[in-house]
Amino acid sequence: MNAVAQVVPGAEASARDGAAVVVHGLTRRFGDGPAVLDHLDLAIAPGEFVALLGHSGSGKSTLLRTLAGLDPVTDGSVTRPREVSVVFQESRLLPWKRVWQNAVLGQDGADRRARAVAVLEEVGLGHRVDAWPLTLSGGEAQRAALARALVREPAFLMLDEPFAALDALTRLKMQRLVSDLWIRHRCSVLLVTHDVDEALMLADRAVVLERGRIRTDLPIPMERPRRHADPRFEHLRGVLLDALGVHDD
Amino acid sequence: MSGTLIRTASPVTERGRVRSVWRPRLGVLTRYASPVLLVLLWQAGCSAGLLSTRLVASPAQIVATGWTLAKDGTLQTNLLVSLARAGAGLGIAFVAGVSLALVAGLSRLGEDIVDAPLQILRTLPALALVPLFILWFGIGETPKIALVALGSSFPIYLNLHKGIRSIDPKLLEMTRTLGLSRARTIRDVILPGALPDLLVGLRFAVGISWLMLVVAEQVNADSGIGHMMMDAEDFLRTDIILVGLVIYGLLGLVSDQIVRFLETALLSWRPSHRAARSA
Repeated sequence: MNAVAQVVPGAEASARDGAAVVVHGLTRRFGDGPAVLDHLDLAIAPGEFVALLGHSGSGKSTLLRTLAGLDPVTDGSVTRPREVSVVFQESRLLPWKRVWQNAVLGQDGADRRARAVAVLEEVGLGHRVDAWPLTLSGGEAQRAALARALVREPAFLMLDEPFAALDALTRLKMQRLVSDLWIRHRCSVLLVTHDVDEALMLADRAVVLERGRIRTDLPIPMERPRRHADPRFEHLRGVLLDALGVHDD
Repeated sequence: MSGTLIRTASPVTERGRVRSVWRPRLGVLTRYASPVLLVLLWQAGCSAGLLSTRLVASPAQIVATGWTLAKDGTLQTNLLVSLARAGAGLGIAFVAGVSLALVAGLSRLGEDIVDAPLQILRTLPALALVPLFILWFGIGETPKIALVALGSSFPIYLNLHKGIRSIDPKLLEMTRTLGLSRARTIRDVILPGALPDLLVGLRFAVGISWLMLVVAEQVNADSGIGHMMMDAEDFLRTDIILVGLVIYGLLGLVSDQIVRFLETALLSWRPSHRAARSA
């Protein structure tokens, strides 16, 4: 098995059968403050697309950082595949490496460039292979960041508000791109977002976090491609907004 | 109609555009006009006897003396000696500054051990160490090279250390999620990220190395541009002293240009550098 388990001695990891990612009893607090994550349980199936919603400070980012291995597991357990990738809100490209070198950063092999070109073409950036990152637009930079995430063929892809800094039109295009890529690659995805519509367009399941606990776990049983005009879309939107404490009368 | 602003293309902006085409060429001329005028005034003052040629040689005399010194080889010999000293000192400073900055920048323990003493030492004026260096190293090449090395190590260390410490933590976080090894993170992220600061440090170091050399060669030396100037003082040869000054000035200018060239070549990823190059 190529899974990484971070288990604190004493806490038992009860991996649910077949899940790609299992979070069990995860608790995290900073100093003596209230728990940011409070005995959190979450499982993501292989190939499942989960959207994680919640207000600022609800623990979304902490959960993602823990899953990404950036924050330690102090209480509870986390099991996840070894091959994971993260796309952040900022592209975090190295400005001193060309776009293709950024895409295959940390990858070895003589065919690095060919692989970079292939994955950049897949995200629609085939024409900027040799560009410097500082010359890219916001949308292009996020495409390059997506390419860097996909080139390692992750079993689990984490997206941390990846489109929050983009303009509305670019965001729509990027959402479609992510949807297409996910259908092709079929990795598990955890998308942290503030945008209810984005969650409903992309995810199989929307999880709403509140004070470190899961408040709502809502399946989104709509076939793709999805449309905003779908009456089920409207209904689920109401449910999610309700769960987030925004009443849309 | 109040509150409405109508803007149309005006002949003024048209004329402005025409002028901007001529501006650069004219700018070069006006920029060099005043230094050239000053040199002409200097020459005129000397020729008219207003300036004593015993105190300051005329520009024409400086050129003539420079030519004579170059023809009999004095200039070249001394220049080579000075260049070798500055080069050796800078080389040592570069290796020492970069190594210390890497030790201090890449580990907490290293910073504790290396940074505190260096921050104390850097407040000492390096030139004050000349008497001590002569006692320690005698009057050969060693004290001169050591003085250059000491003085120019600090800007390299300080700037590179700052550069390493100010690498965007978000980039380092990204490399952790990609599973990059420590060695690779240093090679691909930390060093290239700190390179702009290293080059700034190098530019300061080059400037300081000439300063150190001037002092070292004037205090005790039997060769080098500084020695040539001190020798000329004994014979009231202001023309030779001024030739030395011109050489020092040119050396400073050329070495600064070399570092600038390095910046353009190595930092081509920065938008400002691209703009500068295409302009």
